[in-house]
Amino acid sequence: MELLSGADMIARFLQDEGVEYIYGYPGGAALHIYDALFRQDKVKHILVRHEQAATHAADGYARASGKPGVVLVTSGPGATNAVTGIATAYMDSIPMVVLCGQVMSHLIGDDAFQETDIVGVTRPIVKHSFSIRHPSEIPEVLKKAFYLASTGRPGPVVVDIPKDMTAPTERYEYVYPKKVKLRSYNPVTRGHTGQIKKAVEMMLKAKRPVFYTGGGVVTGKASEGLTDLVKQLGFPITTTLMGIGSYPQSDRQCLGWLGMHGSYESNMAMHHADLIIAIGARFDDRVTNNTSKFCPTAKIIHVDVDPSSVSKTVRADVPIVGPASSVINEMISLVQGQAITHPEALTDWWQKIDGWRAEREGKLYEPSKPGEVLKPQEVIEALCRVTRGEAYVTTDVGQHQMFAAQYYKFDKPNRLITSGGLGTMGFGFPAAMGIKQNFPEDDVVCVTGEGSFQMMMQELSTCKQYGVGVKIVNLNNASLGMVRQWQDLNYKSRHAHSYMESLPDFHMLIEAYGFTAITVRTLDELEPALERAFANKHELVFLDVKVDPHEHVYPMQVPLGAMRDMLLSKTERT
Amino acid sequence: MRHIISILMENEPGALSRVVGLFSQRNFNIETLNVAPTEDPSLSRLTVTTVGDDRVIEQITKHLNKLIDVVKLVDLTEGNHIERELMLVKVKALGAARDEVKRTVDIFRAQIVDVTPSLYTVQITGDASKLDAFLQAMAPVGILEVARTGVSGIARGDKVLSL
Repeated sequence: MELLSGADMIARFLQDEGVEYIYGYPGGAALHIYDALFRQDKVKHILVRHEQAATHAADGYARASGKPGVVLVTSGPGATNAVTGIATAYMDSIPMVVLCGQVMSHLIGDDAFQETDIVGVTRPIVKHSFSIRHPSEIPEVLKKAFYLASTGRPGPVVVDIPKDMTAPTERYEYVYPKKVKLRSYNPVTRGHTGQIKKAVEMMLKAKRPVFYTGGGVVTGKASEGLTDLVKQLGFPITTTLMGIGSYPQSDRQCLGWLGMHGSYESNMAMHHADLIIAIGARFDDRVTNNTSKFCPTAKIIHVDVDPSSVSKTVRADVPIVGPASSVINEMISLVQGQAITHPEALTDWWQKIDGWRAEREGKLYEPSKPGEVLKPQEVIEALCRVTRGEAYVTTDVGQHQMFAAQYYKFDKPNRLITSGGLGTMGFGFPAAMGIKQNFPEDDVVCVTGEGSFQMMMQELSTCKQYGVGVKIVNLNNASLGMVRQWQDLNYKSRHAHSYMESLPDFHMLIEAYGFTAITVRTLDELEPALERAFANKHELVFLDVKVDPHEHVYPMQVPLGAMRDMLLSKTERT
Repeated sequence: MRHIISILMENEPGALSRVVGLFSQRNFNIETLNVAPTEDPSLSRLTVTTVGDDRVIEQITKHLNKLIDVVKLVDLTEGNHIERELMLVKVKALGAARDEVKRTVDIFRAQIVDVTPSLYTVQITGDASKLDAFLQAMAPVGILEVARTGVSGIARGDKVLSL
């Protein structure tokens, strides 16, 4: 039997749980825990420069590795600063455990110094939360927190820890709980066999089928199975933004991603389909456009591990509640050796799809002419070439995010790391940091814009402290591009507060931290600059790429329209 | 349509706020709410009446079930059930109205549980519509204060909501 203080239990538990990195920022209520971390060397603590960055870094790590990210912050402002990152993880179903210091138990409710009811504040944006009420319950509560965060539909779990629970003077028995049981929480482990059979029958009989797969396939580690299933059937597949890479994008059967800025062929195929096989996707409004006009001729099979996602916005004809991987595997075994009923219809369907593809080929954007300002799209295409499509690409939010998702070709899951649900500006850079520390030999690049980057640029200091060699591609159009685009389209180009009047000299800024910055203005400078940036894996390099501020992201679905209603350029629409 | 949803949940601090928060967060509607511990001190039973079409009720039950603190739930309105609410009302009881109030209390099979020279405190149980009818009957006399518990309910027959 081992007697440990609450703070030492936390440090010990994190070791026993196999946590390698935690991201955090110290403060009064968390100091006992920080002292316990100081007295051990297995769990590495990364000191960020703002708690929001701690959550994004842990989130990026979780997305890339599939393991829960861990955050440690102090009470009050430390905890509230983490809120945006917790909400980001919640919306994208990312496993995360956030340990928050809290004022001493006897002060709770007194408006004590640095007191915030963080359990209350985060209640709508967590999978669950705990408050520690006695030091002896720390191991069990932490085990539950990790278990909840990483099973079923993953999500963030907050653990509120009053300072007296971690006092060094009070010691209790510590045993690492190997198992955990919650009587009210039993995530499904497999789908209903009858429903799966019914779904497969419909798939075999379909004439115009489309797979529509989302982040659930990525977090559910079901990409390989999905690829097998889709290839066996020979059906077209489109993914959501979060599902990018769940099926190799360079494969002919992949139509790209769908929705508001999805590919023309994806949205057209969805609209005309007679069967949609949705797996790990949640029919989000950025995908469906107007739900009453959504895919008028399609029957819908919906596989999701979370029953509340099924029939939430669009009614499923065949709902299947279960983890993507086991349902897909069952589908594969049922499909094996079976022939599709209407092979000629599928051939016609592919002809139609190839026709849509051909319509837009070479028309996606107009490349810059020699000596002219660069187009953001060509920067991403060059980035993809230079990194051979193998980098971890994180993004912030806005036009650059859409361009990165449209023009970088991802063949693997977990490679596009982006805030899809919440759309958090400032996410990309700290997320890249979290990934790079865990995958030091891989290329990790943050595609950002000068608006988003300035929301979290203080993390340059963290990168300096820990020698984090991420690359930053700043698509600098000196304006908030996506806001500006909407203002162009809906507000007669009245650019209310969407321009950046006084940008810093990024070159000097980056050099002030001791890093390399390269400014890129023309096409002939672009690839050499990228080559130089990626030459050394362990060096942070910032590319300030001046791009055309007048460029818009297309296709763009027409608001309140159907999937097929799209603006295709500034002058064309469907 | 009106639904009565009964929930067994962990008798833990914060559990109630998660349930109530869910309703406001997801734009669901709470008409009445009633909660107390059960014979098993680790469990509370919460009964909520809500209004919504089938799609909304399906979402409400799914999201409630997703809460970690919710152990089990049942939509009582899906089957035969008994629904009760308790109400305490202070009504004016002066002059000729004093007898009239007493008679109405008897008709509704309610009880007078406290008396002053100027008012009666009436206790009445029943379903929500009976309580509404009693209030309507008392309105001309003068209602001074109303305390309703909100609906509680239980399924008829052998069906049991337990672990």
